[in-house]
Amino acid sequence: MTSAHTAEQRDSALPEEPPVLPLDPHRPLAVGRILGTLSAILVAGWLAYAVIVNPNIHWDVIVDHQFDDRVLHGLWVTIELTVLSMAIGVPIGVGVAVMQMSANPLLRSLAGAYTWFFRGTPVLVQLLFWFNLGLLFPRLELGVPFGGPKLFSVEASAVITPFVAGLLGLAINEGAYMAQIVRAGIMSVDHGQREAAESLGMSRRKVLTRIILPQAMRIIIPPTGNQFISMLKTTSLVSVIAGADLLTTVSRIYLGNFEVISMLVVASIWYLLLTTIASVGQHYIERHYSRGVHSPQRLSRRVRHNLTGNPAMGAHDA
Amino acid sequence: MPDHLVPMVEARSVRKAFGPVDVLRGVNLSVGRGEVVCIIGPSGSGKTTLLRCLNRLESIDSGRVLVDGQLVGYREGSKGRLVESTYDELRRQRQAIGMVFQRFHLFPHRTAIENVMEGPKVVLGTPDKEARARGSELLAKVGLSGRENAYPSQLSGGQQQRVAIARALAMDPKLMLFDEPTSALDPELVGEVLGVMRDLALSGMTMVVVTHEMDFAREVADRVVFMDGGVIVEEGSPSDILNDPQHPRTRSFLSRVA
Repeated sequence: MTSAHTAEQRDSALPEEPPVLPLDPHRPLAVGRILGTLSAILVAGWLAYAVIVNPNIHWDVIVDHQFDDRVLHGLWVTIELTVLSMAIGVPIGVGVAVMQMSANPLLRSLAGAYTWFFRGTPVLVQLLFWFNLGLLFPRLELGVPFGGPKLFSVEASAVITPFVAGLLGLAINEGAYMAQIVRAGIMSVDHGQREAAESLGMSRRKVLTRIILPQAMRIIIPPTGNQFISMLKTTSLVSVIAGADLLTTVSRIYLGNFEVISMLVVASIWYLLLTTIASVGQHYIERHYSRGVHSPQRLSRRVRHNLTGNPAMGAHDA
Repeated sequence: MPDHLVPMVEARSVRKAFGPVDVLRGVNLSVGRGEVVCIIGPSGSGKTTLLRCLNRLESIDSGRVLVDGQLVGYREGSKGRLVESTYDELRRQRQAIGMVFQRFHLFPHRTAIENVMEGPKVVLGTPDKEARARGSELLAKVGLSGRENAYPSQLSGGQQQRVAIARALAMDPKLMLFDEPTSALDPELVGEVLGVMRDLALSGMTMVVVTHEMDFAREVADRVVFMDGGVIVEEGSPSDILNDPQHPRTRSFLSRVA
């Protein structure tokens, strides 16, 4: 009650003080909930105990190998593969999304065929295809087709290293998924925004880059962050083509020292750390692109959502 | 014809259908330089579509739309037929035609002043400093000094619409089009927007205003145009049309809105 509201004023404003109708703030005891909680604690505790005291998990081996040079190199390859395939895949996605929304039917069907093919086949198969490209095209050449002069010509096997094959496979596959995400983002922007920008006399390119895409970003960023996090893990597929990534490296080590589980734990700890860091980055990028729309979500909440896969995410709540 | 005698807007037998629905059925409209024309009529009468044809936000099926003596969005082709002009030609014409929308359509990711600066900076290449100075000046003109750094979501509807007017004025248009600029506003916010539009009319701007505000039309318009069923039923001075309508459809419309 502020000082302006003296008892006298209150009396004159409200002739009768309404009665207080009390509420009991305590929730009633629910036997089911208590039993559920107890059994969850029991199961979790038992699992943790079984893992920690398990003689087959050698914690000393894990500690020894966590910062092993070979592991760190594998970790670096995983980061490189993730960042580069996203850096290539996102622009492909933007390009394909713009093509899909083009007035030109040829561009539209090309973009449609691209997403149809690369979303319709497993990325593992695509990786194997890229790795074995030399069987399809023994030499990679650029020049005038049908026997004309060549600008350059190289052995496929010299260019398509496991790293390049992995990068191509992951980036081109990612482009197909990003195209869907970018398209949804562009379509989420109110048509009036385009009209307003065009009424000012903006060029089509400026309308896209200055008005439509920055607003679409709000919708594009959360799933793109998820794609990035998922890519950190998908890179482990390049182990089938000897990709020198984190998983390949630890599996090479356990083939030598037979510490299969311990080495997989080493890899998992790194994967968890990477995905957690990526979630924090995603939070700040999202906050930047939600300018003028809503108040930012708390960081702790964002990370929790990301890591636990709770669908109530990002731009939609808060 | 000398330049000053060429009307600012000229629409000749403009026809337009959306699928099976004839929205404009041969509209003729001429707006002189410095003239303020209010278009009134029931919803579905084609008044908004007509306005949107003036800057080619809508294509036309036949007829001619000229602004300042130039066809908008089309070129004269062979045998007197029109061909669509390129987007670049159209966008050059649009720079001179300001448009204010019913639902504002401010850029939500830009502050008030950035909204006003966007056109000059991106389209005309005006340096940032100059665009900012002009932007503050225009925001002051619409009574929003001090709100430069507010995002649209932090402004009331009336304030947003005034920013939208400033944004259109920043391109120094020779013609301003208003599409029901107060229809999306809470009643107590209508006055501030109409006040800005009244000042603009007094400064000599050529304006075409689709509106339901009969008092505004009576006070500010040089001419009132009543549309119904895709045609102009009646036009004349505000007092003639609003006080002494000749056509029964005008009379029935006015009796319903008054």
